[in-house]
This record gives sequence, C-alpha cells and structure tokens, in this order.
Amino acid sequence: MTIQFKNETFRDDFTFSNSPEAIRRFPFPFDKDQYMYAVNIEQHMPGPAKSATEFPIDIDEHYVSEMRDRALVLKADPLRCQSLPHMITAEWDLVELLMESMAKHYPEHFTLTRDGDRWHWINRPLEIDQTFTFGDAATLPCPPMEYVTRQCQGDFCLLDQRNDNLWMDAGIVTTQADWSLDFDMGMNFMEWHGPVPLAHDMGVFDRALKFLLNLQQGRPVRRLNWTMTVNPRLDTSPENYHKWGIDRTTVTPENVGNKVHLRVELQALWRLPRSNAIVFSIRCYLIKMEELVTIPKWGRRLHRVLRDLPPELVDYKGLTRFRDTTVDYLARHDDGAPTSPGFFPD
Amino acid sequence: MLVSNIKSRPVYGGLKVDDAARRHLVAAEGEGALAVLAAFAGRAEATARATVLYAPGGSAGEDHAAKLAALGLDDLFVMPSQATLITRLNVILATATMGTRLYAAGVEGFIGSVVAAGMAHGVDQASIRTEHRGSLARRVQCVHCKGMTENVTVSPVVCSHCGIQLLVRDHFSRRLGAFQGVSVNAETPGEIPPAEELYA
Repeated sequence: MTIQFKNETFRDDFTFSNSPEAIRRFPFPFDKDQYMYAVNIEQHMPGPAKSATEFPIDIDEHYVSEMRDRALVLKADPLRCQSLPHMITAEWDLVELLMESMAKHYPEHFTLTRDGDRWHWINRPLEIDQTFTFGDAATLPCPPMEYVTRQCQGDFCLLDQRNDNLWMDAGIVTTQADWSLDFDMGMNFMEWHGPVPLAHDMGVFDRALKFLLNLQQGRPVRRLNWTMTVNPRLDTSPENYHKWGIDRTTVTPENVGNKVHLRVELQALWRLPRSNAIVFSIRCYLIKMEELVTIPKWGRRLHRVLRDLPPELVDYKGLTRFRDTTVDYLARHDDGAPTSPGFFPD
Repeated sequence: MLVSNIKSRPVYGGLKVDDAARRHLVAAEGEGALAVLAAFAGRAEATARATVLYAPGGSAGEDHAAKLAALGLDDLFVMPSQATLITRLNVILATATMGTRLYAAGVEGFIGSVVAAGMAHGVDQASIRTEHRGSLARRVQCVHCKGMTENVTVSPVVCSHCGIQLLVRDHFSRRLGAFQGVSVNAETPGEIPPAEELYA
C-alpha cells in the first residue's frame, strides 16, 4: 500500500493535520478513564493491520514533512545529535535495524540490497540512492546514526549497558517533550529520569531498569507515554522553550479544538546484536482536540482523564495554563456514557 | 556532607586513599584542601606517590596551600584559578599511566569539572573519589545558549551570557558538572519572580 505523504509544517504557520485514516490509527494511550504512572511495558508485537504498531518501525503520511522539520532543527542546533566515540558499533546496529525494517515493511518506498558489506539503500520519498560499505563511516555523507535517523520518524537514543545500568551515550532528539539530549548525555537511567515526579517513590524506575537490563535480542518491547502540546510543534525542546513557551498562553475557548494537541510517544526498545546496546525510540504522534473528538469514545475518555489528573502531573506535563479550557471543551463531547475497555475506537 | 533528594545529583563518597594506587592524582579547590589534609596527613607511603593540584580560590587567606606543602607530597601545583588547574590536570591525565587514582575535593561545580576531565581521558566516573567541601553554590548551564554561570546561590538567576532569567532546576549533569537553568518567564514575558536564596 502506497502512503500519500503530506506537505505540511510543524512551525510558523502550523499546517499539520491528520487525515481521517491517520485519526483512526492514532495510538490513543488511555485504556481506561483515569491515568496514573505504570511501567506499562509490553512486547513490541505486531498490532492490528493499519495501526501504528502493525510494523516495528511505523512510517506514516507525515514522514516527508517530519524529516524536513528534523533537518531544520539540526541545522539550527547541531547538539541535538550527539554520540560518544564508543557508540559507533551501536550506530551501525541502528542502521541495520531501521533499514531492514523499513525496506521489509514498506518495499514500495524503501529498498535495501546487501552484498556482504556492500549495501545499497534507496529511499524514494526523500529521493536518496546511496551505496556504502557497512562498518565504514567514511562511505556515508554523515555518521551512521545521523544518516539513518534523518530518514526515519521518531527520536532515537542509544543506551550503553555497563555496571548494571543503562547510559545515554548517543542520540538524535528533535521532537522531544521538553528534555535536553545535550544535558542528559552520559547520564544513567536513574539520572535522566531524575526530574520525573512521584514515579521514583513508586519504584517505577527500579522495576523498569531491571526489566530492560534483561532485554533480549529479537524481543523488542514498547510503551506509550503522553503529554499535551499547544500547536502541532514537534520541536518542544527546552533549548527553544523561551520561544515556544508563550504558545501555552494563547489557548482560548474559540481556538482550543484546533490549537491543543494530545502528544503521544510510542516508545520502543530493542537489544542490538553487535554492541549489546539498546535502541530507545521515541516516536511522537500529534492529534488536535477537534480531530480526537471525531472518535466519540476518545472524546469521553480524554475528558475524564484530564479532569481527574493529579496536580503534580498537570504541572510536570506543563498543562497548567490550558488544562481547564481543554477540559471545558471536551466536556461538551462527554455525554457521561460508559466507555468500553481498551485503547481502540468502538 | 551534601544531602539531596535530587536523583541526578551525585553522591560524594569522601576522599579515601586507595592503598592499591601507584599514583594519587588529587585536584582540590578552596576548602577542599581540608579534605586532602584529612585523607593524606600522616600517610607517608601515599604522599610520596601523590600529585596534588590546588586552586585556593576563596580560601586564599586560609593558608591551606602551606599545609599541603608540609605534607611531603611528590608534587604540589598551586594554581591561580580553577580553569588553569583543569588545564594542568588535562596535561597530567594525558600522560597518566595504569594504576593512577583520581580524586576531587571542593565545591560541586569544581568536582564536576574534574570528573568531566577524567571522563574525557577514559577514567570511569564511578572510580573517581570525591568530597564536597565549601559553599553549596551551584554551577548552572543555560539550556538556551549553553553558557555556564558560576557560583549561583539564588533562583531565578540571570544567565551571565545571554541574559535570560533562569529557573535553576533540580537536575544535574555530571558530564557538564552543572545544574540546568531554564527560562523562568517564557510563559509570562516581562514578569520576573523574586530571587530566592536557596543554596548559600
């Protein structure tokens, strides 16, 4: 099936929107009417056809425009892509994982031909045709992690495993929910989660780390995380917070349906074969409130989740200034009817 | 000892002499000299194999340097500033041999700089022995312009480079040896909350 790639923006005039098909396949993160932290890790098994988890790496209608936005972010701030020298093997592992998966599941858009170390990669949507030697960084126009992730939706971190911990020693991060790769580079799992409220005392991170240290090759896992973003801005980085923070004050009852977006991260983790590092992918999906309420179950449920959210989480997720306006809007789409269990539309 | 519930903030375990080390490479600033004196005084075996770099900083009037000199160290470099100390430390680390143990003592920002220098030379950060002494002032990195502001005792604080009013977050990077500063009024331009004395 050929994807019709949209031409849209995630900054300035914000022309981003979801087609009806993209709305149906949105990875809605709430399986019941309230939300609290949980480790919520599951096997990254193929989901239903056409869903965001049908394939390990999801390419959708926003692909071309998202890659254009990533290039703009990197041009303005090269520190969004960093890798410590010992991570080069993991970088090549990532090239293999992403190219293999994209070529296998989207053959009409991507082709990978391997002849020993001689690889030939064709990316039709971005009009790239590259022959290179696997393992020889000099044969690519930029370092391997940067090369492949400039062509794949989602942020990617490469986590080294040593001393019974995971270390954020490489990554490309341009679509983040307010965290800084540059600041967190070299941190271990507990350290980079330091600012998250409540969850430490609940033991969430101890359990998650223990689980991830035992992650097996060929058995990737995933979880969903969420926040809300004013305007469909992918680059909500702390680096640029002094520029986009003001957006949070612009929500009114008239524009809330178009301006406020549920931002869902499909996070997946793979063990890599050569380096024993872990890939941590953070794929961002955005949906406007007016798009979300076209699925009646989701409109009802998000209203109840947001209305009853613990105050610490309202603050941490940065929702304080527009939560009430959003709850009022969603209340009009909640008739009080019971919702069915599970994530998917009825 | 500095006690903190900030998960990313390092725990400083104290300056214990590693008897198995062939060479003790010690970086100290200000009141950190007292930690060096406490650890190494009366340990002739250790001081004969010790190189100490010391920047007196705000403790210049205390005469700690003379007490360090009296330890009988193999080498003592008294440096005019933290920056020149780190430069010298990098030179020594570049030619350091197996069996060298790295130590750092002083204010938190200084320890962070020493640890960062060690890591850049392949020293495992967990192997570096550290002791916090002196002021609780923080070193803060502006997340926007990446500039470092030293000796921060209040929040918000003005970035000494780009001038943005920064909220000092309880998030610490060992690699940078600094806390994170983020614009405090991006959502309320012009409003500047009163500075609170937090870490004097």
